[in-house]
Amino acid sequence: MPGIKDRVAIVGMGCTKFGELWDKSYKDLMVDACYEAFEDAGIEPKDIQAAWYGSRESGFTGSHLANALKLEYIPITRVENFCAGGTDTFRNACYGVASGVYDIALACGVEKLKDHLSGFSMYITDPFDRSMVEWDLPPVSQFAQLANRYFYHYGLSYEEGKRILAKIAVKNHHNGTMSPKAQFQREVTLEQVVNAPMISYPLGLLDACGLSDGGAAAIVTTPEIASSMRKDYILVKGLGMANGGGQGKLQPEYDFIHIPETVAAGKTAYQEAGITNPRQEIDVAIVHDCFTITELLIYEDLGFSPRGKAPDDVEAGTFTLDGELPVNTDGGLKCFGHPLSASGLRMIYEIYKQLQGKAGARQVKTADIGLTHNVGGVCGYFNCAVAIFGRPD
Amino acid sequence: MVGITSYGAYIPLFRLSREAIAKAGRGEKAICSFDEDSMTMAVAAASDCLNGIDCRTVDGLYFASTTSPYKEKLGAATVAMAADLRRDIITADFANSLRAGTAAFKSAIDAVKAGSAKQVMVTAADCRLGTPGSAFEQNCGDGAGALLIGDTDVAVTVEASYSVYNEMIDVWRADGDTFIRSWEDRFTLTHGYLEVVGEAVSGLMQKFNFSPGDFAKVVFYSPDARRYAELARSLGFDAKTQLQDSLFAVMGNTGAAYPIMLLVAALEEAKAGDRILLASYGNGSDAFVLKVTEQIEEIRDRRGMKGHLASKRLTTDYKKYLIWRGILPQETIPGPVGFLSAPAAWREREANFRLHGVKCQVCGTVQFPPQRVCTKCHSKDQFETYRLSDKKARIFTFAMDYVSPAPELPTVTTTIDFEGGGRMECYMTDREVEQVKPGLSVEMSFRKLFVKDGVHNYFWKSIPLRT
Repeated sequence: MPGIKDRVAIVGMGCTKFGELWDKSYKDLMVDACYEAFEDAGIEPKDIQAAWYGSRESGFTGSHLANALKLEYIPITRVENFCAGGTDTFRNACYGVASGVYDIALACGVEKLKDHLSGFSMYITDPFDRSMVEWDLPPVSQFAQLANRYFYHYGLSYEEGKRILAKIAVKNHHNGTMSPKAQFQREVTLEQVVNAPMISYPLGLLDACGLSDGGAAAIVTTPEIASSMRKDYILVKGLGMANGGGQGKLQPEYDFIHIPETVAAGKTAYQEAGITNPRQEIDVAIVHDCFTITELLIYEDLGFSPRGKAPDDVEAGTFTLDGELPVNTDGGLKCFGHPLSASGLRMIYEIYKQLQGKAGARQVKTADIGLTHNVGGVCGYFNCAVAIFGRPD
Repeated sequence: MVGITSYGAYIPLFRLSREAIAKAGRGEKAICSFDEDSMTMAVAAASDCLNGIDCRTVDGLYFASTTSPYKEKLGAATVAMAADLRRDIITADFANSLRAGTAAFKSAIDAVKAGSAKQVMVTAADCRLGTPGSAFEQNCGDGAGALLIGDTDVAVTVEASYSVYNEMIDVWRADGDTFIRSWEDRFTLTHGYLEVVGEAVSGLMQKFNFSPGDFAKVVFYSPDARRYAELARSLGFDAKTQLQDSLFAVMGNTGAAYPIMLLVAALEEAKAGDRILLASYGNGSDAFVLKVTEQIEEIRDRRGMKGHLASKRLTTDYKKYLIWRGILPQETIPGPVGFLSAPAAWREREANFRLHGVKCQVCGTVQFPPQRVCTKCHSKDQFETYRLSDKKARIFTFAMDYVSPAPELPTVTTTIDFEGGGRMECYMTDREVEQVKPGLSVEMSFRKLFVKDGVHNYFWKSIPLRT
């Protein structure tokens, strides 16, 4: 398999402000995200030959995107892959270009969660059935299970565990203050995070990201075409994805202290990109911090930290903006909220800007290789996507 | 020889202090948790009764209650499924009367005597509601009893029975009513309870030549603690030595299940050769003469009445009780969104009601819910049925949701690993927050998840081992 490395380039990206956008419809978000991308790439909507549209709650066919942008009878596929939908949408557009069928393709992810009373119109029930006997609770309890087992496995007391997780929230909120498109742009203190009201033990309100509306878009093409359009295009270096098949729910061997889907998706992406030492080789990573515990596990699952040592790296400041490997430089889901299918493309937007050196106050010093990571679903049933990007040599 | 071959009982973990209802209240009453009802209690009593008995040998199940969750839909079918009984058996609901429990008992005896069944399980359960603040509310407790009737290895023989009926308006609840009503009790007790039970017991003793001295124990249904002793004395029994403790102070009047449960309590103390008199009440009375055999010693290993009475959690939170019973409205729970699919529930009935998983015949991996392709060795369609409802398990990990509206916060969810294999994700109930941690031993309990569009959706939850 030749893999995706250096076969697809991003030539334009757009991202809306994320937040409770009461005055915006999901079609407004499509227009805002895509037109920023068109302008950035210097192309017209009519130049798009095929599109992929990611959403879980906002528009069930590709035609919604065609209607918003007035795309004229081009193929548009709607992608749904829960929290990883954004990256998967992008991934499919890349394959459209890499296959040689399309020269220029659009990937757009939009989610209008705040039109629904509880954010999602459906809770994550029934990976197995329709008779409604499974948990019917918001996602936090899935991730709280990971936190409780992680604490138990590594002998962390509630106070020790909470403090480690809180440091991740404090870091991301600090980065968010430099992120004009973020939902939250304010600092939080360790004490505020630790003492926030409990949502699902042991995770409190400030261990969780918010629910928000938002949209982001990317225009992809071949490196040849890209080089004729702009100098600072960004290359796709690796794309990995893995879907869990309930193994962790069915097999007692699953340990709840790692997410095997993240490990598998990371492995594929690293192989494609030729990365053997992620901690050394990756300069900046935007990962799926839906809850603080998720980011902690990602450090280990993506090989940034050895198993069981992520807390030490958190204490050492490894992942802060001026640390060894800055993670969630834009504030992450913690500050952007998580409009499901938009998040993956929002993450790519940040890596795109970092690699172009256009990330403003939050710009990292060296940004040659960047990574994004999306994970969603329920324990044992996650779907995860990892993407790696680099600059043209 | 036909009689009782096994017994079992179920009393919910929670007890409400009667003082919480009104200052003058004394003692406590057993109350269903928010996710329990007559059906779930009947399942628990049936399981207790079947301890050590092959559930496939049962040829019938009767469900007796005045508080079945449905007006039209067979409760016995649900109870039989959850108790993992065969499908080619007799099932029937006995309803609308406080005598439903003994009517089912009599019917089961007759079925076995007639030879139409070898073993019939009688379950009786009730959770009746009195108007807030009423004497009924003080008196009524929740619980269930179960008796297995058969003709071999009989532990308690049925020597004689006698029934009377009585048309009167004394205690009633019309279709659509939530609370029980009654006429003035000096009338209802005089010409109802005392007179009619008296008539049945005297009739029984007269017809079959028994006298009060022949009985080691007498067990009556009783509307309250006082009339119980009064009835016994009026019939010539010694209330101090012969009368079974009414358990009124610690449990309350459990309706149609009450005489069955008191009988179980009496049997727990009985010795071979003891003769027991049992009489129910409810627009008439069914009276029985029972005799205990040596076999009673073989069926002691049950939680029964004693075990369940000892295992309790007392609450003084009257408001919580009113919310649990649906008397006080609660903030709406924003889910489950969508609809429950009857075809899906039907397809998954073996998993949902019997808690049947599968065991791979190739690699031996136990899996719940049942799969087509093995999660481990990927063999296709090579599974045998594997029951999990009777297995103990341990918590592997858990979560406690403090924000989603629920009758009891936090909502605890668990991932549990069963002894002998199998993992399951399920809600946990009847728990103390402090005890929920990895490693805790749990057992499975059949509970109600929610009611939507008139459908009561039941499934299994984990509970801490009830000791």
